[in-house]
Amino acid sequence: MALYHNDDQAMLADSASQFLADEGAINTQLRHWRDTGCKDGFGHELWKQFGEMGFTGILVAEDDGGLGMGHVEAGIVLEEIGRNLTPSPFLTSSVLAATALGQGNKDLRGRYLPGLLTGDSVFAVAIDEGAKHRPERIATKAERSGNGFKLSGKKDFVIHGASADMIIVAARTSGADADRDGITLFAVPKDASGLSQDAVRLVDSSIATHLVLDGVVLDGDAVIGEIDGGRDVLDRMLNAGRIGAAAEGVGVARGAMDMTVNYLKQRKQFGKLIGEFQGLQHRAAHLYSELEISRAAVIKAQQLLDAGAESAELMVSVAKAKVGRTANLAVREGVQMHGGIGMTDEYDIGLYMKRDRALAEFLGDANYHTERVAQLSGY
Amino acid sequence: MADLETFRSETRAWLDANCPAEMRQPVRDEEDVYWGGRRAKFKSAAQKSWFEACVAKGYTVPAWPKAYGGAGLDPAQAKVLREEMSRINARPPLSSFGIWMLGPALLKFGTEEQKVHFLGEIARGEIRWCQGYSEPGSGSDLVSMQTFGEDKGDHWVVNGQKIWTSYADEADWIFCLVRTDKANKYQGITFMLFDMETPGVTTKPILLISGNSPFCETFFDDVKVPKDQFVGEINRGWDVAKYLLGHEREMISGAGGGDRTSAIGSAMLRHTGELDPILRAELAMFDVDALAYGAMGEKFLDEIKVGKAHPAQPNMMKYAGTELNKRRHELFMSAGGSRALEWDSEETGGGKTPRGWLRTKANSIEGGTSEVMLNVISKRILELPGD
Repeated sequence: MALYHNDDQAMLADSASQFLADEGAINTQLRHWRDTGCKDGFGHELWKQFGEMGFTGILVAEDDGGLGMGHVEAGIVLEEIGRNLTPSPFLTSSVLAATALGQGNKDLRGRYLPGLLTGDSVFAVAIDEGAKHRPERIATKAERSGNGFKLSGKKDFVIHGASADMIIVAARTSGADADRDGITLFAVPKDASGLSQDAVRLVDSSIATHLVLDGVVLDGDAVIGEIDGGRDVLDRMLNAGRIGAAAEGVGVARGAMDMTVNYLKQRKQFGKLIGEFQGLQHRAAHLYSELEISRAAVIKAQQLLDAGAESAELMVSVAKAKVGRTANLAVREGVQMHGGIGMTDEYDIGLYMKRDRALAEFLGDANYHTERVAQLSGY
Repeated sequence: MADLETFRSETRAWLDANCPAEMRQPVRDEEDVYWGGRRAKFKSAAQKSWFEACVAKGYTVPAWPKAYGGAGLDPAQAKVLREEMSRINARPPLSSFGIWMLGPALLKFGTEEQKVHFLGEIARGEIRWCQGYSEPGSGSDLVSMQTFGEDKGDHWVVNGQKIWTSYADEADWIFCLVRTDKANKYQGITFMLFDMETPGVTTKPILLISGNSPFCETFFDDVKVPKDQFVGEINRGWDVAKYLLGHEREMISGAGGGDRTSAIGSAMLRHTGELDPILRAELAMFDVDALAYGAMGEKFLDEIKVGKAHPAQPNMMKYAGTELNKRRHELFMSAGGSRALEWDSEETGGGKTPRGWLRTKANSIEGGTSEVMLNVISKRILELPGD
């Protein structure tokens, strides 16, 4: 398969680009929700428009009412979200949760997917326990209780947790903390008794929660996939979320780079456009080169995932690590090349820097995924 | 699609029948590479039979038209052939600057007569070509070159000096930039072709830091070149040169290779037994970049085929690919430790690691320096201001 968008994908990219430029712009979305102190950090009206556009169901099977598309298509929407810094529950709901729910039984899919498709529901995922992403270790316990389970533990960095109608929780039903087996995924409704969340505003103005499960009792029908066999569902969900985050990161990097290159063509100092200075030209050209390579890694990983290839996992980590470093470079160069104005809240480049930082940390930073590339390559 | 699958099975059968086992081993050194030319000798019977089979089938230059010695394959078929050859690790039957550089320029700018004559010779490996571009005073600023051809009616008399002429001492003919109008910088250069045996041509190998001499100085002392031996138009050789540099950059960037896309960290671990943690981290960061670049190489080739790549994109590929290759060899040296310092011991194959490491330092200089590549990216792709 050729490593560029086919005609249908190019059409989707056009419509996503137009839609998010019109409806998801920084001034009307990110700044608006930030400056009005919105408790969700995003707009529900826009989320419903995502539903009308069909975007919410890109990764939902056609039998379940979705579009039955793949990670390339989800990535197209995410890149535009990234470029516009649009606050949206798309990644947690339509990529992560949708992938996990797709592995669930018919009852579970019928319970949650219709609300997702219309943009009425928001979902979150609770994986991390601690400040760094370490899904190999899961200490949150789910003990058998009657017909169901009783969950106890703490989760961190639950993006959109406070706004979610349902949160997917990875918990241990058997074995030791670092075991691969013995994990089970649960769909936990927001009003489950014993569930409490402490919402915190992050550097990029998104809202995450510290989540406490204090003996949360769930019926057996909250289980997604197999009991004790949740690692496969979790891995699938993580792959989807990581390549999604990488695609969004490409958008963030591209937005920052475009803004910066435009600035180099407008700002004058010493009687010249600063873009005439070779010291800046070479740095901009290096950034361009890194960004092109990052995009290639992302589309390669997306296609491998969509084809169900074994090597997809390695390429997903390559892409997440590569994009992590590139987007970081893009926003650092962006602020530096803008000079003083880049330090002001009024100017948008700093917003890219903040978003990049939060996105890079989500589902494993560049160091985590670089380590994973070494391990998956056998060293 | 069905036709393509038929083509694949035919190709597979043909390769089975014609590519000897010995030609399915990785290329170990220069002797394993067949460059063709008047003085060429085959290293083995297998090398000869593989080469001859490919010439007969047009597979030394599969995408060139049949009339010029190729097989006339379309891009999809050419990709299938590449895939099938790479599947069995088949060596290239013929390596040549004629195939990589002069050929594409002739296909675009040559007359029909030139195509039939020169392309045929290249495809059959009869003539080995070298490239006369750089001069001692004209490296990155190539257009300042001074080698001059004086118009004598039916011929030019060429005087001057070229440098970094790859394998000039083994080449039969040269394609050479010669100034034919001193008053006109860009439109005063002619792209000439002439025999290296012409009286007045001398070559002198240059000893490099690697201890090898792949490059030469080439001197022209009253060399007579007939007035019909040029490509494109007289005084318009710069257009041909620029076009050809694009091909050179693609080649150096290794975009077509695809053989360098596996992680090196595991190979280094096998080789050394253990990796210290900081080196391991550096290897892992390198592997991330190399695997990502591998995807970029694939994307670039896919896009070029359908005209989706930016025309200046080869400059980006060349820049990133060569910088990456230099890093790769720095890591080989670090992982190798003191063993990698040995210059001519038998155990190290005569210092393969350090000589290879030193050779890569030229990657980001030859065919346009990294700095020139960055200039081109900023002007032509990012459209930053300036002259």
